[in-house]
Amino acid sequence: MEQLMGNLKRQIIEALNLKHLKPEDIGDDQPLFVEGLGLDSIDALELIVLLQQHYSIKIENPQEGPKIFRSVKTIAEYITAHKPA
Amino acid sequence: MTIYIKGMGNISPQRTWGSDDLLSSPLSYAGDKLSCVEPDYASFIDAKQIRRMSRVIKMGIASAAMAMKEASVPMPDGIITATGYGCLEDTGVFLSKMVGNREEALNPTPFIQSTHNTIGSQIALLLQCQAYNQTYTHNAFSFENALLDAMLQLSEAPRRSLLAGGIDEITGQSHEIQSRFGIFRKQSNNSLQLFSERSGTFHGEGSAFFVLSGTPGENDIASVNALTSVYKPSYAELTEAVRNFLSQAGVTLTDVDLVLSGKSGDALSDGHINRVCGDLFTTTPVGAFKHLCGEYPVASAFGCWLAARMLKAQRVPEIVTPQYEGQQLKNILLINQYFGTHYSLILLKAC
Amino acid sequence: MVAGTGVISAIGNSLPETLHAFQQKKSGIGAITQLETLHKNVLPVGEVKLSTEQLAKITKQPTITRTALLGIHAAREAIASAGISSLKKWRTGLISATTVGGMDRTEDFFQPFLQNPSQGRLRDVVHHACGSTTELIAEAIGVNGFLSTINTACSSSVNSIMLASRLIRQGLLDVVVAGGTDALTKFTLNGFNSLMILDKEPCRPFDATRNGLNLGEGAGFLVLVSETVAAREKIEAICHVSGFANTNDAYHQTASSPEGRGSFAAMQQSLEVSGLSTDDIDYINLHGTGTVNNDQSEGTAINRLFSDKKPKLSSTKSFTGHTLGACGGIEAVFSVMAIRHGCVFPNLRFQQPMPELGIVPQVEFESGLKIRNVMSNSFGFGGNCSSIIFSQIQR
Repeated sequence: MEQLMGNLKRQIIEALNLKHLKPEDIGDDQPLFVEGLGLDSIDALELIVLLQQHYSIKIENPQEGPKIFRSVKTIAEYITAHKPA
Repeated sequence: MTIYIKGMGNISPQRTWGSDDLLSSPLSYAGDKLSCVEPDYASFIDAKQIRRMSRVIKMGIASAAMAMKEASVPMPDGIITATGYGCLEDTGVFLSKMVGNREEALNPTPFIQSTHNTIGSQIALLLQCQAYNQTYTHNAFSFENALLDAMLQLSEAPRRSLLAGGIDEITGQSHEIQSRFGIFRKQSNNSLQLFSERSGTFHGEGSAFFVLSGTPGENDIASVNALTSVYKPSYAELTEAVRNFLSQAGVTLTDVDLVLSGKSGDALSDGHINRVCGDLFTTTPVGAFKHLCGEYPVASAFGCWLAARMLKAQRVPEIVTPQYEGQQLKNILLINQYFGTHYSLILLKAC
Repeated sequence: MVAGTGVISAIGNSLPETLHAFQQKKSGIGAITQLETLHKNVLPVGEVKLSTEQLAKITKQPTITRTALLGIHAAREAIASAGISSLKKWRTGLISATTVGGMDRTEDFFQPFLQNPSQGRLRDVVHHACGSTTELIAEAIGVNGFLSTINTACSSSVNSIMLASRLIRQGLLDVVVAGGTDALTKFTLNGFNSLMILDKEPCRPFDATRNGLNLGEGAGFLVLVSETVAAREKIEAICHVSGFANTNDAYHQTASSPEGRGSFAAMQQSLEVSGLSTDDIDYINLHGTGTVNNDQSEGTAINRLFSDKKPKLSSTKSFTGHTLGACGGIEAVFSVMAIRHGCVFPNLRFQQPMPELGIVPQVEFESGLKIRNVMSNSFGFGGNCSSIIFSQIQR
């Protein structure tokens, strides 16, 4: 889980071009959207592509985004639960 | 309709921002393209907002900010953007991924930012400007369309301040594709020597924004008094267009103190424009600018910036023409051409 | 004044075919047949039912870009219906809008080009620029005066009609062919798919269960003329452009503000320009894409502006799909049609109103109405919002 979250932080920074951040700047439970990192709906779509590219997980319904992408931890939990065998 | 230039911002292959110097030591480039001298965008756009922006968007935002600063206009009453090719970098990225990934798992960001109105709408978003917002993309008439729109709006409401500008970028792919048409001169080691040969031109880019108003003021840089565009004219049609244009503007041929020619260095493209300059303006000095900025759809925005700066400074840099000898500079006629198909005339006056 | 109209879309290649489809409530949305794409049997679209080769044949053109061919087809119908003896007699301009320009051919170019930069046929990219689409149309219809091209995403062609109106009002042009054209391309299909706002079912604008838009294609053009031209050419125009406004939502790159501040301002300001009140509007042709966000935002703005006295309203995108840069032109033609024929168009597949808004659009084709003023909305990414009002000319 720790390793997965570390990878995720690096991948998020790269995919969303968050050049002003380092992985350790992102807390495991820190909200990613609005009041937290300030991500928006376009970032949510980018995260969906990230999960598909790096973890082969396809999210069909973008409405699920806010729940899954609440924090790095929730994304890691979702990946662990849905990763193809 | 006369409109007044209140402020300008110009990011170009020359040092056209950040100092009052007007092209006293012009930059020369080797090769077939001229790329912009860019500022540090972090001083114009904060880190959270800049992260998705491609170069063309950043150039647009920064040059718009420079123009508003010079005009002391923090919030324009409208934003009018001109771009011949739009956001080529993002377009190329999305197209390449679409082909490469076989239409699967595509990032939305380059698509969102590929549309031509991204530049104007990002400026609006950063300024929170909910006013008129328009983007013209008609090849080498784009900037002329934007200026005309500004004139139309300002004749309805002269007190407004409008932000209007022209912008195009060179990308690796766009340069590669356009080069294959054989339009750029190879093996040059000095772009300032553009006019010493007769075949091909240099690829250019740039972003020039203007704050315009319908009411004169003390600090006006220059005024734009008339403009027109002519598509694929014969030589006779172009000559007639120039004569009609000047007479409608109430200016005689000899009233024009300087002709700023959009000749590109390619004899075939420049045929009409060189003849017009030679036949109509026998005693008027003729200057040029595309050896400074290269050829691109909105190069006339660079020309317009240069004409306005010269009118304000009452000085013609030697690199524009060595012929000009110190008379009062009142009227400049900018005659642009783009690959011999798109011609435009812009009359600027000193304020 | 509006002297002529021309349209081609998924519901017909001409004005009579289009009106017939509306009367029969016949949607043009279906499976992809023209594009070679991965999404072929997945995403429904509103295609023009002609191949590019067929379009080239009937417009007597080489197989230039699909966008240009659609534009030529509709612009010619508009000019023919205007009945102007000769465009050359007048100061005539062409203002077109497009978002994809020659992208359909650029896509063909990119496959070999990406393998090897010296590959790919240059004739496939020569008309890539949006402005080149307009020039191809201009040459086909014989206009060489003022030329302009606008790309403000999905609000583009309302802006071209707006510019045309201004140029005529201020006496700079006599006749303007104005509108827009966009072809379906893999670029836009994949782009909107990456935004996850394409419905896999035919779209349901303004419905509580709406789940996205369907892309469409087509072109719509008006011929606008000055009063002098109308008098000299003995044109009995039935309506004119009475109001227009262009605003920016300045809220987010793609999302509309929840209160629809940009769309509210566009509708309100267009009413101001026309000197009309909300009571005078008899029909609103909605932007109504069918996405959760647009319809909620547009509906909120309409509720705010029209309160409990809303005119009949519908989204014709339930017939044509969302034709992007062309939709403002196509829907302008529909707006003129509504005034001419005294009719309003159904909003297909509507079942239940959005609970937070309670707006019930028109669901049947209805004729025999007195339609004096029609408002047409077009909103786009980047916050670009435009509204335009067409008003019947009283005789």
